[in-house]
Amino acid sequence: MTLARHLGAALVIAVIVVLLSIQLSAYRDYQLAEVAAYLVAVAGLTVLIGLSGQISIGNGAFMAVGGYASALLLTHLGWNLVLILLASVVVAAAAGAIFGVAAARLRGPYLAGATLMLAVALPTVADQFQHQLGGDQGLSVAITPPGFLGGSFPPTRWQAWVTCAAALITLILLANLNRSRVGRSWRAVRDDEIAASLSGLNVARLKVLAFIISAACAGLGGALLAVVTGIVAPGAYTLTLSIALLTAAVLGGLGTLPGALWGSLVLVLVPTYLTNVGSSHGLSSAASSSVPIAAYGVILIVVMLVFPSGIQGGLRRLFGSATPMPPVLSRRRIPFTALRRPAPGRENQEEGPS
Amino acid sequence: MNDGSLEIRDVTVQFGGLTALDGVSLAARPRQITGIIGPNGAGKTTLLNTACGFVKPQSGMVSFDGQVLTGLRTHRLAALGIARTLQGVGLFPGLTVAENVMIGATPSAKAGVWSALFGLPRSDRDERRLREQAMAALERLGVADQANELPGTLSYGLRKRVALARALAARPRLVLLDEPASGLPENELPELGDLIRDMAAEAGVVVIEHRMDLVMSVCDTIFVLDFGKLIAHGSPAEVQADPAVTAAYLGADGEPGPPAEGEPGPTAEGEPGPAAGGPANLAPDAPADGQADA
Repeated sequence: MTLARHLGAALVIAVIVVLLSIQLSAYRDYQLAEVAAYLVAVAGLTVLIGLSGQISIGNGAFMAVGGYASALLLTHLGWNLVLILLASVVVAAAAGAIFGVAAARLRGPYLAGATLMLAVALPTVADQFQHQLGGDQGLSVAITPPGFLGGSFPPTRWQAWVTCAAALITLILLANLNRSRVGRSWRAVRDDEIAASLSGLNVARLKVLAFIISAACAGLGGALLAVVTGIVAPGAYTLTLSIALLTAAVLGGLGTLPGALWGSLVLVLVPTYLTNVGSSHGLSSAASSSVPIAAYGVILIVVMLVFPSGIQGGLRRLFGSATPMPPVLSRRRIPFTALRRPAPGRENQEEGPS
Repeated sequence: MNDGSLEIRDVTVQFGGLTALDGVSLAARPRQITGIIGPNGAGKTTLLNTACGFVKPQSGMVSFDGQVLTGLRTHRLAALGIARTLQGVGLFPGLTVAENVMIGATPSAKAGVWSALFGLPRSDRDERRLREQAMAALERLGVADQANELPGTLSYGLRKRVALARALAARPRLVLLDEPASGLPENELPELGDLIRDMAAEAGVVVIEHRMDLVMSVCDTIFVLDFGKLIAHGSPAEVQADPAVTAAYLGADGEPGPPAEGEPGPTAEGEPGPAAGGPANLAPDAPADGQADA
């Protein structure tokens, strides 16, 4: 039933996307594909942060893993596109599992720090393996539309279809998880780890699972972005990308899948729009290219002031949806304070060293 | 013992140089209400934490139904049929009341991550069953009407009921209640007592509690801790009559505890409680910040 409902919604959206992509210019199709690629990565991140309560500033690194995996598979093995995308999901999920297990004991700012390290360190790996990974130049990813569409089929429209289809499937799966007991368990772990473990939830396993899923989404997003841009290079997966993903998730509304869409739209459309506005008002190219960065900051500040729960939270408030927004990123108890009576005296000392 | 008893044998817990529990042994039988009382800092919560595996004892053993609990990871307790409530409320603020209780029922879920990911009918069936189980627990505690609200919108008393419902949702065979009455007004205590007796119809119940009137009226057996040592145990009447208990609550140097504030006298199994001067009436009543310097 859950699956049927989500599939039905996805089918409607798919039809709209196909009709839209035919209407749009090649450049707009390219942007649509970009939005869809980022949407996959941002959706995974918003689930990680908003539902399981773990922060990652390193999901750009998992995008790099997915991007490079797809480039290597394409050049060396020549697999078809679907297999390449699936394989890059698996590779990124495996990377997420390794990192997630290693980071399972970290929380809050410490986890954020560890993932930050990942985002800084991983792009430099490409320099270490000049021969295999192409160094700063990167690797090219050339995917052409399949023959049955005809030789004159616009490649950007084909890319838009591929990325939007992948994004829709990702969103269906994430929505399934969100509505299942896995999503509920994540939210319970986010709210109170002690109470969650007393209720029989394996907190460590749930946290690692969230990490794996978010890394898998980032990997798919990275592979899609490689297909869209035709290249993977370390310059595309810098810390800036990781922070942009985080910004998009927060802007859209943490823990909500529609929010991931709003965030991705802002991420892709605002910079190009503002660069155009800047240059058409006679700014030099250096000046107009820094307009988007300033705009990000302004948008972030304004949205957080007006809608602390992001664009999706703001929309819900405006249109009076009954579903309450989760109080994301509030609380977080340190273990044992939940078990300890706040009384001064020996009871505190008893549990202090534990 | 394989009869659903909680057995604590010779448990010693030390934190640094401080001995929190010193060779404590006790047993809680199924379908009985076992109270653990003692002045602040006596080691009651440590004892419960040891039973839950939060604290590893230096020596001794805790077992339930023949299964050794010491060293077990916390989330395994629920599958063994052990539920524990936390001091205060400990509900998940971002989940509705029904979802909170569904979390409690999760150990009985069968569908795995893959069927959840693909939204298979198996996962849907599981969800329906968990929800039914949760609603049954909510109805039992009289909070079914609030099922779709967030816990933060409920009164403290209702939130405590939801916490109890969450503990009961998995149909545990042993319930550990950590100060269930803390923060509740006097007039809600009799109802809480009824709820606890109701739980004991199908599970063993262990209660840690400061409110002597509640303990004396519901417990079948009471164990008294002081400075990490078991100083008395027996029926409520026996414990009240024990001079060691009086001494522990008054302090060895005769320093008086805070005065009782017109509590109703304890009525253990219909017996009229002793008049002013019994240990129950002198017991510190203020739960959170009782100043009784043990």
